[in-house]
Amino acid sequence: MAAFEIARPEIFLLAALCVVLLLDLFLGKESRVITYLAAQASLLTTILLVYSSFFNRPDKTVGLDGMYMVDEMAGVLKIAILLVSILAFACARKYLRDQDMWRGEFFVLGMTAILGMLIMVSGYHLLVLYLGLELLSLSLYALVAMRRDDAQATEAAIKYFVLGAVASGFLLYGMSMLYGISGSLELNTIREYFTNQPDIATNLPLMFALTFIVAGLAFKLGVVPFHMWLPDVYQGTPTAVTLFLSSAPKIAVFALVVRLMAEALEPAQSAWSQMLILLALLSIGLGNVLALAQNNLKRLFAYSAISHMGFMLMGIVMNTHVGHSAAMFYILLYAMMSAGAFAMLILLGRKGYEVAQLEDLKGLSSRHPWFALMFLLMLFSMAGIPPTAGFYAKFAVIEAVVQAKFVWAAVFMVVMSVVGAFYYLRIIKVMYFDKPNDQPPIEADMDIRVLVSANGLLMILLGVFPGVLMSICDLALIASRL
Amino acid sequence: MFEQILFYWFTAVLLLAAIGVVVVRNPVYSALSLILAFFTMTALWLLMEAEFLAIALILVYVGAVMVLFLFIIMMLDLKIVEREGFIRYLPIGLGVAGMVALEMIMVLQRSNFDSERYLAAESPADFNNAEALGELLYTHYLYPFEIAAVVLLVAVIAAILLTLRKRVATDQPAKTQDIEQQVRVKREDRVRLVKMKSE
Repeated sequence: MAAFEIARPEIFLLAALCVVLLLDLFLGKESRVITYLAAQASLLTTILLVYSSFFNRPDKTVGLDGMYMVDEMAGVLKIAILLVSILAFACARKYLRDQDMWRGEFFVLGMTAILGMLIMVSGYHLLVLYLGLELLSLSLYALVAMRRDDAQATEAAIKYFVLGAVASGFLLYGMSMLYGISGSLELNTIREYFTNQPDIATNLPLMFALTFIVAGLAFKLGVVPFHMWLPDVYQGTPTAVTLFLSSAPKIAVFALVVRLMAEALEPAQSAWSQMLILLALLSIGLGNVLALAQNNLKRLFAYSAISHMGFMLMGIVMNTHVGHSAAMFYILLYAMMSAGAFAMLILLGRKGYEVAQLEDLKGLSSRHPWFALMFLLMLFSMAGIPPTAGFYAKFAVIEAVVQAKFVWAAVFMVVMSVVGAFYYLRIIKVMYFDKPNDQPPIEADMDIRVLVSANGLLMILLGVFPGVLMSICDLALIASRL
Repeated sequence: MFEQILFYWFTAVLLLAAIGVVVVRNPVYSALSLILAFFTMTALWLLMEAEFLAIALILVYVGAVMVLFLFIIMMLDLKIVEREGFIRYLPIGLGVAGMVALEMIMVLQRSNFDSERYLAAESPADFNNAEALGELLYTHYLYPFEIAAVVLLVAVIAAILLTLRKRVATDQPAKTQDIEQQVRVKREDRVRLVKMKSE
């Protein structure tokens, strides 16, 4: 049993979520805040457990018969996932109460989703990676369907479930092919097998497997042409769930892509990089162009998510250390920005009222100047306008792309960022230059106010001192040999 | 030779049954086709000497899951829906499916895989299937096994979350016992003596 000690954070989280599940049964509606506090406390403890065991190791450590990987990249990503989830839970507390959805299952299913993500980040075995992804996806399907009497939410849930199941099938089929070719499910062995293959670029079954794997991953990331579900799901889902779904799982899928592509299939890089470059550039183009026409804020952020995922993918595809750390920086920052933007929508909502349309933000600057400023910083960061952190993230990725001699792709990315800046600036224009229709006060507790403000201020702080986060990514990836 | 004939026979039935699940209009027939598919699948596993898996498939899927499924289909009394545009899209669908199948057949040939590696060693007559499976599952594959268990837990929680309805008036889950009320009940509340003429 000592072997299992290596998976301490996951085991603790599983035990904690069972406790929270049982605890919630004995609590009424008034005392449900205890469920919430217990969930937050277990997430904080999990962070401590990750922090105590994932860093300052001499080398990558594999445990549980080669299924569990302990390296610094996993440590950083796990802590990021947990921190973003804490923000998501804090915002959910206000949202669920306002919208009369105050139920303990949100936190339990949220915790199972987080458990799935942690398993994915540390998975070093195709079976474990797949099961982690399924655990995450199943929890998310249920969360999306939580408002079951709402036609839009049900539509979103069914779309998400059906397409997600197909994508999982693709991924699983690709993985089974990979197993058929290499004879192993362990990523280490798969890598060794392909390193010793002489004609990797013309290996037909490998290409076949890669096609399925790339399609499955592209769906989970939401990049063109597998992006159709994203706007509908973002729009139909309760905002608290959208916040969660649009931030932390992206970090986990980043880990999945890095583990599968950049670690296990690194020898076959010439085969998959072309596919991924095409997908990434299409996403950057289409995501930015389609976002121009959106008036619903959640749909707008969905299209912006598509283009951001394209940017992140370009960093991974370069398959250099610089590219990987740029992508990691990008995904961590994106999770923060996305969580911040949706948290802002939740903050401005109140009982029986949700901020969803662009015009709901009219004259925000005269109503709540401080939060308008915070939203402005987040939007500047998303658009990539200096001196915010988003600028540095985009800059780092483009720098990596140029270093890898893809100048034409870099030019395209820059042009598309300029196009993308338009719709972010449109939100800012509505906030700052339009007259407000009414003067609703903000009804929110101190915790969410502080968290949103901290998120906005981080955008500018990380923009001025990007080295803080960048060196974390850089060192973690060096320790993980990427 | 005989084994090969059996294999091809069962495979053919399996494929037909699987197509039937999707194509047949009546949901009850569709479920029955699925049961047929499970039975033929079992036969294939028996041919591969995986007796434990075969029995588990029959017991769990045919015996429990599919029976429940049939119950649900009959209880819900599903209307047989007319499929719109089935014939209209059939040529395109068949064309695409045929192309994909052809490409897959071209790629997935035995020569492309190192298939000698996967031939199982001849096992002795008293080889214990369940033991070997249990040993692997509870030692080497314990971690994924546990994760699969959590996936099932999520399924249970999600099913309850999505289907359990509360009564609006009392804020109680539907159909629960109120033990206090049960205990307090008196004879007069439930029993009524009626005088009737004997006939």
